[in-house]
Amino acid sequence: MTDETNGIEVDGLVREYRKGPRAVDGIDLSVAPGEIYGFLGPNGAGKSTTVHVLTTLLPPTSGTARVGGFDVVKSGPKVRALIGVALQEAALDPLLTGRDHLRLQATLQGVRKDQRRVRADELLERVGLADAGDRKVSGYSGGMKRRLDLALALIHGPRILFLDEPTTGLDPQSRTALWEEVARLRREDRVTVFLTTQYLEEADVLADRVGIIDQGKIVAEGTPAALKAEIGRPSVHAIPQRDEDKPRIAEFLAQFGEPLATSRDVAVRLRDGLGLTDIVRALDANGVEVVDLELRAPSLDDVFLAKTGRTLEGATEEAEAEQQQQRVG
Amino acid sequence: MSNSWPQVTAIARRSVVRTARQPASFIPPLIFPIALMAVNAGGLRSSTNLPGFPTDSFLAFALAVPFIQGALFSTMNAGTELARDIQTGFVNRLALTALRDWALLTGQLAGVVALGMIQVLFYIAVGVSAGVEIRSGFAGVLVLLVYGAIVSLSFGALGSFLAYRTGSGEMIQALFPVLFVFLFISSMNTPRNLIGVEWFRIAATLNPVSYMIECVRSLIITGWDPQALLLGFGFVIIIGVVSLTLAARALRSRMTRT
Repeated sequence: MTDETNGIEVDGLVREYRKGPRAVDGIDLSVAPGEIYGFLGPNGAGKSTTVHVLTTLLPPTSGTARVGGFDVVKSGPKVRALIGVALQEAALDPLLTGRDHLRLQATLQGVRKDQRRVRADELLERVGLADAGDRKVSGYSGGMKRRLDLALALIHGPRILFLDEPTTGLDPQSRTALWEEVARLRREDRVTVFLTTQYLEEADVLADRVGIIDQGKIVAEGTPAALKAEIGRPSVHAIPQRDEDKPRIAEFLAQFGEPLATSRDVAVRLRDGLGLTDIVRALDANGVEVVDLELRAPSLDDVFLAKTGRTLEGATEEAEAEQQQQRVG
Repeated sequence: MSNSWPQVTAIARRSVVRTARQPASFIPPLIFPIALMAVNAGGLRSSTNLPGFPTDSFLAFALAVPFIQGALFSTMNAGTELARDIQTGFVNRLALTALRDWALLTGQLAGVVALGMIQVLFYIAVGVSAGVEIRSGFAGVLVLLVYGAIVSLSFGALGSFLAYRTGSGEMIQALFPVLFVFLFISSMNTPRNLIGVEWFRIAATLNPVSYMIECVRSLIITGWDPQALLLGFGFVIIIGVVSLTLAARALRSRMTRT
């Protein structure tokens, strides 16, 4: 076990739905106390199901999971007492005010009566909703709802925080504010954070370690830097002057490395020892013209591509198309 | 084991606050039953001339109906609200707290009961100001309040059961007319012994809603009728016990937390 108090240990976790595929297919993971763990994957990869199991909302089909030292199946109430959760849908009551929500949540979480108001005021202030606390949630923007959701998750001072796609649909400013708050929680309060996301940048900026999940399995795990270093070599992306030039430029660039599947440009992962200048010289020497040429360091998307053969964006689109087909069918 | 009553009162408070902030959910249960009673009292006044009709005032006779009709509205509202909580994920939010299952059900029903008692007081106030004399006196009004609370609890539990079971507000709304059929094939407009159509009299006799109406009616127009009270309380308690049991079971399978 990582730690008696704040860690998460998952071993061979499987969750099957009665009439569906294995949403989670034998995952193992370990989150250290005070760590921000980013769980990255496209829609339908199994991120939310994992969170539901770890937060005791769903029993696993097999495998074990311990949160804060407690088994999620055998000690559900103990797990719930030490975690804070903000699920993907910020399920708020539009008729209640922000302060009503905090008061209700504080009571249900067993916060002492004399502490409820103080705690609510403190959290409203912290998430920037002090002025909006007495307004009904129906008048809140998406960002305000997310911030209130975070405040609700923190009302009882949890040691472990689960955030399921907390910034989906948020504007960049709200996203950055939420990132800062999550980072502060880890830095000042030593809260362990399990964060699911489909945003590469979010995992990259925020997470100490990242687990990449696809079709219910963890396909890669490590610090963002280590994962990118595994890919090692940068890629070169060229934008042709005309679309019909793409095949010719692709063929030309293939001599510098292996081609990458992208929809917008022509790209190759450079072979060891080659740089951008080698390509510029070759392009010049052969009179091949491009509008733009860019050297990119490996990203988490490259890691995802290398591990699954698809880009994260492409996998998300595939999952959405599949869901749409299931709805129509 | 920590004290769960603060949880119960917090959930009940939310239920009352939500209702208070949605006039559309508490005004119809107050107004429609009274409006229907006024229409019936106007159109069926001559029924009081039938030999054996128990009172001279049809309004006094009909005042019992809003009690049950209002409870049906409350059932639907409670069920629909709960189904919405399930659909939006609010029940998951509650499931992630230290809230106990029974405290959630009790809190929600406490809110329904509080609103049900407000309805009863409103119907009594309207009836008394329209000239109805409550024959059982002040003690009878207190019994009416208690009965209103039990009816709201029983029907509220039925609404909660449907919500936990189906998770669909639309499904609950669709059941509303079915419950109303029970009201219309009861003794709501005519005493059972004066119903001329045989099948209707049999149906009204088999229908528990008849005994619930007659229980309330006896306190208003007769005074203290032990048989009517026993049957009325008996049926509503049976409905309540069955509904609460079903609701508690459905809640357990809905809140699948470990």
